[in-house]
This record gives sequence, C-alpha cells and structure tokens, in this order.
Amino acid sequence: MGKTIAEKILSTKSGRDVKANDIVVAELDFIMGQDGTSPLAIQAFQEMQARRVFDPARIAMVIDHSAPSPLEGVSELHRQMRSFAGEQGICFYDIGDGVCHQLLPEQGHVVPGDLVIGADSHTCTYGAINVFSTGVGSTDLAAGLISGKLWFKVPETFKFVLNGQLPAGVYSKDLILHLIGDVTADGATYMAAEYVGEAIAGLSVEARFTISNMAIEMGAKAGLMDADQKTLDWVKEHSTKSFTPVKADADAVYARVKEYDVSRLEPQVARPHTVDNVAPIGEVAGTPIQQGVIGTCTNGRMEDLRIAASILKGRKVKSRLIVAPSSRQVMLQAIREGLIEIFLESGAAVVTPGCGPCVGTHNGVPSDGENVISTANRNFKGRMGNNRAFIYLGSPATVAASVIKGEISDPREYLR
Amino acid sequence: MDLKGQVHKFGDDVNTDYIISGRHKFKTLDMKELAKYVMEDLDPEFYNKVKAGDFIVAGSNFGCGSSREQAPLAIINANISAVVAKSFARIFYRNCINTGLPLIECDTEQIDEGDELEVDLQKGVLYNRSKGIEIAITPLPDVMLKILSDGGLVEHFKKYGTFNFD
Repeated sequence: MGKTIAEKILSTKSGRDVKANDIVVAELDFIMGQDGTSPLAIQAFQEMQARRVFDPARIAMVIDHSAPSPLEGVSELHRQMRSFAGEQGICFYDIGDGVCHQLLPEQGHVVPGDLVIGADSHTCTYGAINVFSTGVGSTDLAAGLISGKLWFKVPETFKFVLNGQLPAGVYSKDLILHLIGDVTADGATYMAAEYVGEAIAGLSVEARFTISNMAIEMGAKAGLMDADQKTLDWVKEHSTKSFTPVKADADAVYARVKEYDVSRLEPQVARPHTVDNVAPIGEVAGTPIQQGVIGTCTNGRMEDLRIAASILKGRKVKSRLIVAPSSRQVMLQAIREGLIEIFLESGAAVVTPGCGPCVGTHNGVPSDGENVISTANRNFKGRMGNNRAFIYLGSPATVAASVIKGEISDPREYLR
Repeated sequence: MDLKGQVHKFGDDVNTDYIISGRHKFKTLDMKELAKYVMEDLDPEFYNKVKAGDFIVAGSNFGCGSSREQAPLAIINANISAVVAKSFARIFYRNCINTGLPLIECDTEQIDEGDELEVDLQKGVLYNRSKGIEIAITPLPDVMLKILSDGGLVEHFKKYGTFNFD
C-alpha cells in the first residue's frame, strides 16, 4: 500500500516501515527553541540530569518573541538562553536576527525530507519545503536536545487539492484563511495536511511558507508540500546540505481529501476572535481600523514587503502601521530596494526584525476597543496584549490597503 | 489515581492565550506566580474561585494555539486536578502528559458548572455525582500512560536517560 509524505519521512527516520497511527521513536535532523519556550526547556534539561546536548550542530536557539527585551524578567530569561547556548556550542540567533521560522530555512538549517521539531507551534512552516516539521513544548524540546530523538504518532493525512490559479490581488494568505474557514480550527487535528495542485505549483516558495505556517490553525501537526523545481532551486540557494525530497505515492491512503478551485477566490479576512471566523473582504470592508501590522512568521518576507510597499508607495496611512521584517537579511534587502523608505514615508513605524506585536509582549499593544488588522496567524482575544481589542487577519496587500483608508479595504482597488 | 472536585465549565476552542496570556508568560519561570493569571481573559475571578482538586471542563479543541508549556503548568499550579474536554489540540495534549497533568477526553454535554465529579483513571470512568451518571472516557495511548505513570517526561528521562517504552 502506498504512503503519504508523513508516513515516508517517519519510516525513514525511525528505521521502520510505518503507517498512520503507528507510534515511533524517530531521529531528528534539526531542533529549534525560541525565547518563550527555551528557558523552560533548559530547566527541564537540567532536571533530567543531562550534561551535554546530543549534537550542537543540529540545534538552534532564537530570541525573537520579546526582542529586544521590554522587561527585566525577560532579560533574565534571555541571559539564561545565551549562557546555555554558549556553554553547549549551539547556533544562536540574538535580538534583531529575525523570526525563528524565517531563519531556519533562510540560513539553510532545514532541507527537504528532514524531520524537525521546534518549540513553537508554527514550526509546521517548513513543510512548504518538504520538511516534516512540527511544534512541541519545552519538555519534548529538552528530550530532543538530550537524545536527538522524539516519539511520534504517525499522523493520518488530510489532502487539499488546490486547482486553478489565484486571481490578481489574492494571495496565499487568502487561500489558507479560506481553507481554515472551511474546515474550521480543529478540522485537521492530529493529522498532517498535504497541499497539492496547480495553485500551489503557481506560487513562489515564499508564498508557500504562509500556507504551511498556518496548518496548525486547523489543528494539523504538519503542513506538507512536494519539492518541485522551485523548491529545489530555493533550497540550493540557501543551504549546502545534501537532501532527499519525499513524494507521496499515487496510491497513498488519505483520511480526507478536499478539492478547491481557487480561480474565483476573493481576498479573505479572519474576524475576531477565532482564525476560522473567515469572510470574503466584501463582508467586512468599511470596518474602522486603528492599527495595522505587517510582518510575523506568516507574512514578513521580501515578497510580502514588496506587495505592501507597492500599495503604500506615495501614499500616507490613516491608521497606525507597524512593519516588522522577518529577518535581518530581509530588513537589509528591503533597505537596498527602497522599501523601508516607502514604509517610513507612508507614516509606518518599522521595528526590529522578529515577532513584533503578534504575541502581545511588546512593540504595539492596542488600547481598549481598538481594531487591528494584521498579517499574523492568530486573532485570539488578548493575543496582542489587550483582551479588549479586536484583531482581524488579512494578506499584506489587504493590511496595506486598509491602513491607507483607515478601514478594512479591498486591495484590488490598488492593483497597478 | 482517584480525582474529586467541582466543575468550572468553559466552551469550545479555549486557546493557550486564554489559559495563560502572552503578556504574563514571558516574565518569569515561577509557575506559582503565573498560575494567578490562569484563564484570566475568560474569567478574571477564576484563580480565586478554584479549590484544590477542582476540574476544568470544556467543549472541543481545548488548548489550541501556542506550544507554551506554561499553559499546563499554570493549570497544575492553580491546583486543578484534571482537564475534561470533548477533544484537545495536539501540542497541548502532549505538553500535559509530559508535565503530568491528566487529560480526560469524553462527552462533556452532561457536565455543568458546579457539578461534583469523581474520576478513576485506572478504571477509565468519570462519575458525575451531582447528576448521578457515569460517563465513558477515551483511553490514553500506552506511550502516554507510560509517561504519565512515570510522573511526566522529566522523570521518565531521569529513570532511563532516553525514551523507553518497552
């Protein structure tokens, strides 16, 4: 019987021929922790009475969630991370280097066919380059740091067949919001998502990261795609590691299959306070907006900044706008291309590469009753630090169009 | 393990930001301190209302969202004995087992705010004493039972130095 991508990767890494629902202990290719989860993992590592990590070359720690530190308590946790990473010889990304999910693929740490864990729920992002990557908590992270292994239940797979090409002004963010709205926030719980079809083939690798990033918002464990020529070219540009891409068999068994035609899709917006509360732009256009956010691990890449800048160029924002490029490299490239100048001239505040205001620790906490539109992946009540604010999610184009008008707006009005 | 206590009932999709908000979790590793803010955005009085041994009971997809292990740790440190829900999000589920917080997956329609529950984890039965009914619970996979019975993943690793499910 044929196998899915998830079954193939977990078979290879566990050295057994496994299928969905089997439980395996598998070898990890790479392990990541960020500043919200690593301090607890370091504590667990010490409680587990370990002395050395299994292989410092296969571990990265990233300070991105509260970077630079806004508080004494956070500074102390950051200090613990720096000290642990230094002692153990772990690859370390400090404040300003960027968001973990941008850095791991960008810096070439993860390649197709890999099995990767990260102590951050959006670790599923690397599925876009054919990596089985999944989010774990701090104690699983500690166990991985010590043993280089983790136990997994091999997931069943939910296959999304995406036909057609996205129309102008409609992006991969709109596509994934539409899928989550359709299958709901727990529609793929315990499963791996596999995204296939001409709509995926038509997207850049950067745009595909946005789709895999949000697999967790439908409950999925991973958000997997094939490695096509675009993927192989992108990976070779960023990494010198050798790799073996993995493709699902034609007769693989899926728990669910859903087909979509994306050719008539409109821009989508997730309304407060759940990610699956999705509507086409027409239903929410006109909602007043006090703050916009462009960035985060979902949509802070070069392509996103270029799209936003093309709309903001020569225009002034009516709402506050915060732009957080996803990495130092992205920030530098955006400076070279003149995009940062466009943002600043439009009235935006450009902040340190990293998670920005997404998780509510710093850098743009809204006030009571305010509406925010963000390119992030979550709009939970209180997510950005104030439970009396209202968070909407949209594409970088939708956010740019909305802050210009001061209300949720259709970005297709700005197509040039 | 025999658990007894009163019910604090919540709805569907209780996410990790509700369990412990990002604005608190980055400040400290003192879980007793974080526990004071548990469920704050859904019920500001929650921490003060809870008596040791009480249960959180919810609908589907409990614990969706972040991988933050501060979520189960804050619940444990608020002296909640177990979370009972129709379904759990998977990272939260693993984090609970790893940190030793029992999870009970079952139909929660017949459990209301203030009900007295009793759970026998060995027998796999939940009794709703207030309603005089017995509710069947979905058993945990063996690997998870093994980690829970070792007292969580830290204790498992202290014992074996690696994963040992044989």
